[in-house]
Amino acid sequence: MAESICRALRDGALEGEHAPALTIKDSMASPFGFHVFSHVLSQLSSFILAGKSQSGGLVVVSFSRSPSFYLEMLKNKGIDVVSSDKRIQILDCYSDPLGWKDRLIEAGNFTALSREASNSSTANVFKDVKHMDKLYNSIIELGRGLVGGGKNQFSVAIDSVDEMLRHASTSSVAGLLSNFRSHDQVSSIFWLVHSDLHEARVAAVLEYLSSMVTSLEPLHQPANGQRGDLENFSLIEHNFKKGKFHVRIKRRNGRVRVMSEEVHIEQSGISFASLSSEGAINQGLVPKVQFSLELSEKERIDRANVVLPFEHQGNGKSIQIYDGRRSLADSKHERQVSATEKMQTNEDSGGGEIIYFRDSDDEMPDSDEDPDDDLDI
Amino acid sequence: MNQRSSNLLDEALGLDQTIEPWPLRGRIVAIEDQVETSGSFVLHHILKRSLSPNSSNVSIFIALSQPFSHYDRVLRKLGCNLVTQRDNNRLFFFDMLMLQCPGGDEGISPECGLIALYGKIYKTIVALPEVSSKNVTIIIDDLSLMEVAANGSSDYVLDFLHYCRTLTTEFDCSLITLNHEDIYSSADRPTFLLQMEYLADILIKAEPLATGLASDVHGQLTVLNKGMNYRQGSSRNKISNFHFKVKENVVECFYPGSQG
Repeated sequence: MAESICRALRDGALEGEHAPALTIKDSMASPFGFHVFSHVLSQLSSFILAGKSQSGGLVVVSFSRSPSFYLEMLKNKGIDVVSSDKRIQILDCYSDPLGWKDRLIEAGNFTALSREASNSSTANVFKDVKHMDKLYNSIIELGRGLVGGGKNQFSVAIDSVDEMLRHASTSSVAGLLSNFRSHDQVSSIFWLVHSDLHEARVAAVLEYLSSMVTSLEPLHQPANGQRGDLENFSLIEHNFKKGKFHVRIKRRNGRVRVMSEEVHIEQSGISFASLSSEGAINQGLVPKVQFSLELSEKERIDRANVVLPFEHQGNGKSIQIYDGRRSLADSKHERQVSATEKMQTNEDSGGGEIIYFRDSDDEMPDSDEDPDDDLDI
Repeated sequence: MNQRSSNLLDEALGLDQTIEPWPLRGRIVAIEDQVETSGSFVLHHILKRSLSPNSSNVSIFIALSQPFSHYDRVLRKLGCNLVTQRDNNRLFFFDMLMLQCPGGDEGISPECGLIALYGKIYKTIVALPEVSSKNVTIIIDDLSLMEVAANGSSDYVLDFLHYCRTLTTEFDCSLITLNHEDIYSSADRPTFLLQMEYLADILIKAEPLATGLASDVHGQLTVLNKGMNYRQGSSRNKISNFHFKVKENVVECFYPGSQG
């Protein structure tokens, strides 16, 4: 599943179509969105560097992490950005997004060391994040610098749409993303958003703008969101390391494909697996005690075979109930209701007779009212 | 005495093994507490650990809640002399009790107070001798009061926190913040709190027990340690939960059920 979305970004836009756009959505209950973003980023980067993708370059717009973080992260995955023939550029909206350093310098007595910019040649510091149009132009410029003009294409990755939404209105952010999708030179675009930081309509706007939406949810929902009990604590612990990964892909023909996977957070990053069965999930919910609280298969079958007293078996016969006085083989109890006969003798009985005069022979028992309808009494 | 009882907290924070290099380097710790369970003891504990005589740590304490004398009294009981530390340039105490951002007058934006504070912190770090500048701990007590000082604008406070965060990457500082969870509980969406939770590498929650008040146990601490640190090449998520009891000179941390 995760591979299919990476492939979709790699293959890029078809002629005359908008660029594929991916929203990665998470929440505090399952905060692995950035892991997924990093995974997609490294996959797309390796496709681009290997020349296997439609786009010839990638612009990473970094709001929530420093450029050096991305350089190191990609290096750990075997992608050396610095020596990669300048296929990846990072627009640094992290180090000084609002131009505070410049304002302090103007006020006097302040020297910004700007180690970030001097450390890496792939970082370009952007200081005006409140203006979406300037941001747009900077990203396009950076992209063109990578691939040149004309029909050459590049991809865009935005690590935090939340920061953009903090600084600018929803409509201007939506406008920017939409413009990227329709730009001739943008091959694909993806971004990360934390859904619980915004109103539902903002998340909806972003989803409408995307052709693919991946969302992360916890595997187990804690009851009431309370953290008080131990039971919930183990659920939280479980959710801290695993989650559910949903993917929704909108196709050109209008069909929507929905898939789900399990995502695990490991030492080296994240891994995906198909969803485990319900039994395995329930295993995690049984409290750990020193006796067995569950049934084995044989015990389950035996339990299903037990005939409960007083319960209809649905085969027309009345139940032979052992009353402790006679053995079941010796006696046969039969209840016969007859409108005309008042007396009945049972020829098979070994010495006793039961003569039963029913008071309400004329009345039919109203099955709706009789709560003992399903019992043989 | 003090060492043993806070071991669980040290263990959860990674402070139990080595002091040098400072395990919280480059990391952001967000403490959330409630009225019934104050989390300031965690702040005091981290401050005390960072001013340990075995290390060359420097702490920058941004106080919006209490004056210096209060922290001096508290830390003295924990065995740490703040006056001496301040005189030795290991503690820089910024008394921000009177911090007030101008209210949107022409020419002066409301964020000016926070920009100036950021500038002050930056200058302090840059002025430190090389060896110390690698182990700076910035402590903010507390964020809700900073929001008040910024005339209720959580956006400016978040901008300030973002710039403090750039200090963690530029200078390997640690950033420790305290905020009150119940202030935001009536809000539809506690955005400010959630933003901080997303930002934090280590999230510490001080909450009352689900079973209510008790004389032996004052509350429970849950420590979520998101180990995403590519510098060390590992990503280890660790979560701990234990109870605590605040005493006169010490805070005892113990696993549920293991005390009295």
